[in-house]
Amino acid sequence: MLPRFIAIRRALRETADTITLELEDPNPPAPFAAGQFNMLYLFGAGEAAISISGAPERPNLLAHTIRGVGAVTMPLLRARRGDAIGVRGPYGSAWPLQEAARSGRDLLLLAGGIGLAPLRPVIYEVLRRRREFGRLIVLYGARTPQDLLYRKELAQWRMHPGVTVKLTVDRAAAGWSGRVGVITDLLRAAEFDPAETIALVCGPEVMMRFCCHELARRGVSPRQVYLSMERNMKCAAGFCGHCQFSPFFVCRDGPVFRADRILPLLGIREL
Amino acid sequence: MENLARLLKEHPFLHGLEDRHLEFLTGCAANVRYAADEFLFREGQESGASYLLRNGRVALEIAVPGRGQVQLQTVEAGEVLGWSWLFAPYKWQFDARAVEPVRAFALDGNCLRAKCEADHDLGYEVVKRFLYQVHTRLERTRMQLLDLYRAGG
Repeated sequence: MLPRFIAIRRALRETADTITLELEDPNPPAPFAAGQFNMLYLFGAGEAAISISGAPERPNLLAHTIRGVGAVTMPLLRARRGDAIGVRGPYGSAWPLQEAARSGRDLLLLAGGIGLAPLRPVIYEVLRRRREFGRLIVLYGARTPQDLLYRKELAQWRMHPGVTVKLTVDRAAAGWSGRVGVITDLLRAAEFDPAETIALVCGPEVMMRFCCHELARRGVSPRQVYLSMERNMKCAAGFCGHCQFSPFFVCRDGPVFRADRILPLLGIREL
Repeated sequence: MENLARLLKEHPFLHGLEDRHLEFLTGCAANVRYAADEFLFREGQESGASYLLRNGRVALEIAVPGRGQVQLQTVEAGEVLGWSWLFAPYKWQFDARAVEPVRAFALDGNCLRAKCEADHDLGYEVVKRFLYQVHTRLERTRMQLLDLYRAGG
C-alpha cells in the first residue's frame, strides 16, 4: 500500500489539458496488464487513480496519460522530467486479451476522449502479437480535433494490415477534413461480424451507454462487450468502499467489467 | 436509366424499396459530382434536392459571427443529405461543402413531392426513410449537445 517514488523520464504534452508522463520503474512489483491502473501520488496534492497507457511488454516503463480536471491531476499537468511521483499498483481487472486471442474474434475498440488511454495498451499488445488476433477496429471520438490524443500513433496504427482506425469529433472549425459527429455514427457504419467481435469500450459513462445500445442493435451480445468504469478510488484494494458500485468495488472487481454484469446498474441514477 | 435504377437500388437509403417505387423514383434522380471545397448548396438557397452520397464527405456548416465557419456535422457515403424540400419554405438552413470529392445521386425535391402526393404508398415509404434519417441525426445532435468529453463531464 506504500507508494514507491519514481522519477519522471519524459513528460509529453498531448493536448491543452492532457499530458503523458513516462516513468522509469526499475523494480515494478508485478507486470501490468492492459486495462489496469496505478495510484499516482503527488506531494501536497494527493492521490489519483490513473490508467496505465503504455505497452505491457515494457513493465519498467510506465506511461500514464492524465487529463487535468481535479485537485491531483491539475498539478500533475505541471510535472516535469526528473520530478518524483509516488506510484502504487498495478491494480484492477484487465481487458480480456487472452480470451480475444483464444477465440480468434475481432476486437472492436470504442474510445471516447481520454478513454483512448486505457485502450492504448490493448493496441500495443495486438500489434505486437498480431498473428494471435483477428481484425482490430479502433473507433475514437473526441471533442474537437485539438483534443485528439496520440495523433501520430493514430496515423501509424492505421497503416498496419487488418487494422482500421476511424475518428470523429463533436465539433470543428472549417479546415478540418475529418468526420464531425459522434462515436455511434462510426459504430453504425463500421463493418464487423457481431457474432465474431469482442467490443472494448472506454469513455464517459453516457457515451458507453449509447455505445452499448448501438452494439445491441447491431447484434453484439453484452457477454462480448467490456466496459472500463470510473469511480472515485481511494485505497485501490477494495477496503475503503469509496468506489463501491452496487455489489462491486470498481478498484478491485473492475475497472474492466463485462457488460452483462453491469449494464442494469448503468441506468440507476446517482449509483 | 436502367443502370441508374440499379445503382440507386444499391444505396442504403433505398435498400428494400419495391421495384415499382424504385422505378418511379429513378425519374427524379440524377448523378452529380462535386470537387473538394465545392458547395452542394448554401444557406438560404431554395432547397431543390436530397443527396444520396455514394463517395466522399460533405460538411454541414454555418457562419457564426466571431467564430467563422463552424462545422456542425459531416455526412458520408451511404448517408443522405437534405430534406428541406419536404417542408415550406423549401430553403436550405446550412451550407453543405464537399470536404473531399463527392459523388451522389440528387433526388429532385419537386419531383419527389409530386410523386409522393400521387402515390401515397410511395410517399409513406419515402417519408418513413427520411424520418429515420431525421431520427438518427437528432440522436447525434443530442449527443453532441451533451458535450460528453468536456473537462469534468
